[in-house]
Amino acid sequence: MTTTVTAPGLRAARQETGLQQQRARAAFWFLAPMLLMLFFVAAWPLFRSIMFSFTDATANTIFNGQSEWVGFDNYLTWRVRDNGDIRWRGVLADPDWWNAVWNTVRFAFVSVTLETVLGLLVALVLNAEFKGRGFVRAAILIPWAIPTIVSARMWGWMLNDQFGIINDLLLQLNLIDSPIAWTARPDTAMIAVLIVDIWKTTPFMALLMLAGLQMIPRDMYESAKIDGIHPVKVFFRVTLPLLRPALMVAVIFRLLDALRIFDLIYVLTPRSEGTVTMSVLSYLNLQQFGDYGEGSAQSTLLFLIIAVFVVLYIWLGRVDLSGERS
Amino acid sequence: MANIQLRNVTKTYGAVTVIKGIDLEIRRGEFMVFVGPSGCGKSTLLRLISGLESISTGDMYFDGELMNNVMPSKRGIAMVFQSYALYPHMTVYDNMAFGMKLGGSSKSEMEARVRRAASMLQIDHLLDRLPKQLSGGQRQRVAIGRAIVRDPRVFLFDEPLSNLDAALRVQTRLEIAKLHHEMRDVTMIYVTHDQVEAMTLADRICVLRDGLVEQVGTPTELYDHPNSIFVAGFIGSPKMNFLDGQFAAPHGCATLGIRSEHIDIVPQGAGLWTGTVIHAEDLGSDNYLFVDLGAKEPVIVRQPGKVAIPEGSTVSLMPRAGLLHRFDESGRPVQAPLAAE
Repeated sequence: MTTTVTAPGLRAARQETGLQQQRARAAFWFLAPMLLMLFFVAAWPLFRSIMFSFTDATANTIFNGQSEWVGFDNYLTWRVRDNGDIRWRGVLADPDWWNAVWNTVRFAFVSVTLETVLGLLVALVLNAEFKGRGFVRAAILIPWAIPTIVSARMWGWMLNDQFGIINDLLLQLNLIDSPIAWTARPDTAMIAVLIVDIWKTTPFMALLMLAGLQMIPRDMYESAKIDGIHPVKVFFRVTLPLLRPALMVAVIFRLLDALRIFDLIYVLTPRSEGTVTMSVLSYLNLQQFGDYGEGSAQSTLLFLIIAVFVVLYIWLGRVDLSGERS
Repeated sequence: MANIQLRNVTKTYGAVTVIKGIDLEIRRGEFMVFVGPSGCGKSTLLRLISGLESISTGDMYFDGELMNNVMPSKRGIAMVFQSYALYPHMTVYDNMAFGMKLGGSSKSEMEARVRRAASMLQIDHLLDRLPKQLSGGQRQRVAIGRAIVRDPRVFLFDEPLSNLDAALRVQTRLEIAKLHHEMRDVTMIYVTHDQVEAMTLADRICVLRDGLVEQVGTPTELYDHPNSIFVAGFIGSPKMNFLDGQFAAPHGCATLGIRSEHIDIVPQGAGLWTGTVIHAEDLGSDNYLFVDLGAKEPVIVRQPGKVAIPEGSTVSLMPRAGLLHRFDESGRPVQAPLAAE
């Protein structure tokens, strides 16, 4: 008797879970090609890279399988000499590596900060209504659209100590006495790189933030206008808090890019101690010196450092990447 | 608190003139409703009064003081926006106090004003919440509360009920009416496209059409004596019936208007018109009969209570004497009395 009463209910429940399972299965099959693709282009190379970092692979041994497992030797190892001194070796004991880490972090911090501030200023201007706004919005993207190699070469010429227009201008304005070899001098190389990167990337930041600004309803500003609130206060109390989600996402994009920077530095200031970054150093080891073991160890460390920065940023900034809180 | 005068006010955006010369006086403490179809310029007119838009030509006075170039914040106005325009990252209290907090009021005075406004609107218990934790009706009340806190001499409402569902709209309408009652000396200007809101709230209604004032008057004046076909058709629900040609000619006009409740069903042959019931709508309290007289559109006849007239039956209709509206070719009322009437 009881079974006959509960049976329809049970069947309904089973039907519903069946439907859910069917949906989940369909979703899986739709996702499968992308997961497969991601595995081959992201997960597998990353895994290989990490594996190489634990071997003594070189350009000669990497493909014939003669490289040997060396554990953490590429990262850090030590040998006790006959006289009792301890000699440290490996990436983590390499002053060149730490110089590259310092360069990368310094570059990322300064460039992202300046790009955010300048990008926000540009975005605020472009958000205002004026004649020819559409044209200006498109024109401002030109530095971002030029390939990095081209803009690095272009700026290389402009910064050249003998023929460069920048030295010429500064000389004519009597700001300097003699030409400066911007990209070659260790103390100015980083400044040169920063100038080019900021010139190139500010438009991108401006556009991301402009999109955020345009999401803020006009009513908010009009309401503040009727209340007679000073525009500077409106900016800090209304615009900035409402722009925060877009701002945080823009900064994280740029931070990731800046920590991985390679092409600009490799073209503009090759072999400069003052600008060599983690990516450049790891590239030199892998491609020029053929030291796959150490190069892979550096790549792996770069990956870990970026991961730490991003996790810290998301955690401290409480960035809402899933969009669930809005 | 303010008497508002508009003298030949126009507003032009580039080549488009939206407001085409408006003369209007809004009396102190009056509840004035701007109503009209979309694109008639009613919201623009409100924005001109608020100062969010500047007047192209003409003059505007608040209590005799020229307002053309006065900043919105110096006009003594408060505005309730259609979207509520609440700051999503601030609590209800901060939203209501924001304008004052930065205006240099003392903390205790500010709190007293916010609490008083909150209790007027029964939102005291919501002061610590964020706007996203509120329902649509509560948000609307916070927006109104924020306006009350400003202690304005003119209260502006820009379609404040459009984002609410039907039941809440009726309830909030009642609260706005109550608010007007409690703030007798504050002039209120209210924009809506809904003629029911206009009829129920207004002391006087200003009907706008294509950037011009079509008619200004009390709801009753507009309902009983519309001075154009446009007003006659816009005010009242269901819409006034219009008949022309052979139906209008005997009454000495180009178009004859008659409201649905002013037509009686009379015994066969006793009526002025005869037609077939083609559709009936039962609203519970009323019945709307759609009667085809052979005119361009069926005539709607409103019958109170339950009427059992099946579709397809022939009825005889008699308009009530003296309640016919006669309009000439230009849509204006015919003044000359009809000899036969």
